[in-house]
Amino acid sequence: MQILILLVQIAILVGVVLLHVAYATYFERKIIGHMQVRMGPMLVGWHGLLQPIADGIKSFFKEDIIPEQADKPLFLAAPIICLVSMMVSLAVLPFAKGWALADINIGLLFIFAMSSLASYGIILAGWASNSKYTLLGGMRSMAQVISYEISLGLSLVGVMMLSGSLNLTQIVEAQGSSFTGMYIFTQPVAFFVFFVAMLAETNRVPFDLPEAETELVSGYCTEYSGMRYAMFFMAEYIGMFVMASIGVVCFLGGWNGPFNVPFFPPIWFILKVYLIMFVFIWIRATLPRYRYDQLMTIGWKLLIPLALGNIFFTGLVKIVIN
Amino acid sequence: MLSKFIFLYCALVIVITGILAVRFRNPVHSVLAVLVLFFHMAGLYLLLNAEFLAAIQIIVYAGAILVLYLFVLFLVNIRQEIKTERFVANHNISKFISFLVFLILIAVTQSFRLGTPGKWTTDAIRQATHTKALGIEIFTSYILPFEIIALILLVAVVGGILLAKQDKQEVVMAQKEGSGSLTRGGKK
Repeated sequence: MQILILLVQIAILVGVVLLHVAYATYFERKIIGHMQVRMGPMLVGWHGLLQPIADGIKSFFKEDIIPEQADKPLFLAAPIICLVSMMVSLAVLPFAKGWALADINIGLLFIFAMSSLASYGIILAGWASNSKYTLLGGMRSMAQVISYEISLGLSLVGVMMLSGSLNLTQIVEAQGSSFTGMYIFTQPVAFFVFFVAMLAETNRVPFDLPEAETELVSGYCTEYSGMRYAMFFMAEYIGMFVMASIGVVCFLGGWNGPFNVPFFPPIWFILKVYLIMFVFIWIRATLPRYRYDQLMTIGWKLLIPLALGNIFFTGLVKIVIN
Repeated sequence: MLSKFIFLYCALVIVITGILAVRFRNPVHSVLAVLVLFFHMAGLYLLLNAEFLAAIQIIVYAGAILVLYLFVLFLVNIRQEIKTERFVANHNISKFISFLVFLILIAVTQSFRLGTPGKWTTDAIRQATHTKALGIEIFTSYILPFEIIALILLVAVVGGILLAKQDKQEVVMAQKEGSGSLTRGGKK
């Protein structure tokens, strides 16, 4: 019986998140459209509201092309690895008090582990397609993920030190329900490092070098078509959602808001996640792409020293206060 | 019962993927077999209530070290298998020796004894959470080994930087001398 309830919960979570992913693309196209003084999707449904569904049906019925020289099993497995590892991290997110599928002690580490696994999907897609563009995209992604994962992890160490836990629910509770209790005020440097590293981890502009369309056609997913391409797309958006949720949980006070909403407690969490997603899209519409050496310089020479300094400073303050 | 089943499954997959990692012709496939192996090792750690170790196993080994292996493989780009001459003419000798080693290992397991339980029993770890238990132990009883490891890593980092810098200096010097024999291509 318990397993059955859990299965239903998982199905609901996956369903809601997939719907969210579909409409996140709509959200993005609309916002970028308006920022560039055009309308965005308008034709399918009222103000293009059915566009994501039309896109989904279209990619589902498209032919699944596999290149002749590709390493077939890996080519087929790569998008699945990518999507599954992103989806698994959804399980530990606390959407509201008690609204986490798996409230485990190492929630934060679990998400790091899964997001590092997702990069395998991209790397293998790049290699298995047996094309120079995809290989370059895969290699870029590999180097980028390794360098930015370090600063991402180090930036959250300050949060771990303040809350004294790796459990996401406990991190939210440690921040209290007051506005000034949010860790963004006590850990501003960590939030900056986290935000930049988050953009790089999710391969978003200005760090979207793995799929830089002006130089690499479409990067690691050049050879993919139809549903498999859509899977990479979904994985990317779920990745954005997971990273934004981590930002909300660790720095913006999680599900706490100015007042409690009855019946639907996760409302503040979702609003905050959408706020971060909006900034993601805003940055995409505003900034140009970095050069590759600039990307590496920012990662290794700016973000990692900043994060390390932040850990040292946080520890020092903690000792002085105690 | 269930945990025994999971242990057997993990152990079996570890052995199979270990053999596959050696047997695969394609080095990238070998690396992937090792990736699956690491996952099942993390599973074994989870069975022992060592969830922190399991997460670190995946983050460090699967997330960083194996990716670096893949990086090297992609950069080297081995098209053809490297074939070397056999060290020993008759490979039955090596089979016999490894069989003997296997027998010795089996014999050694007979003398396996359980140690006396210390401060951290399974229940104590479960109560304090594994992360906390590990942290307390590392930073109190094992602080000296921990610091020594930190020092060794620092030496390795400094050594790595030194090697990379030297390479660059050589390139610059070669350019200054004007000898057109720049084979390493340090500068575009």
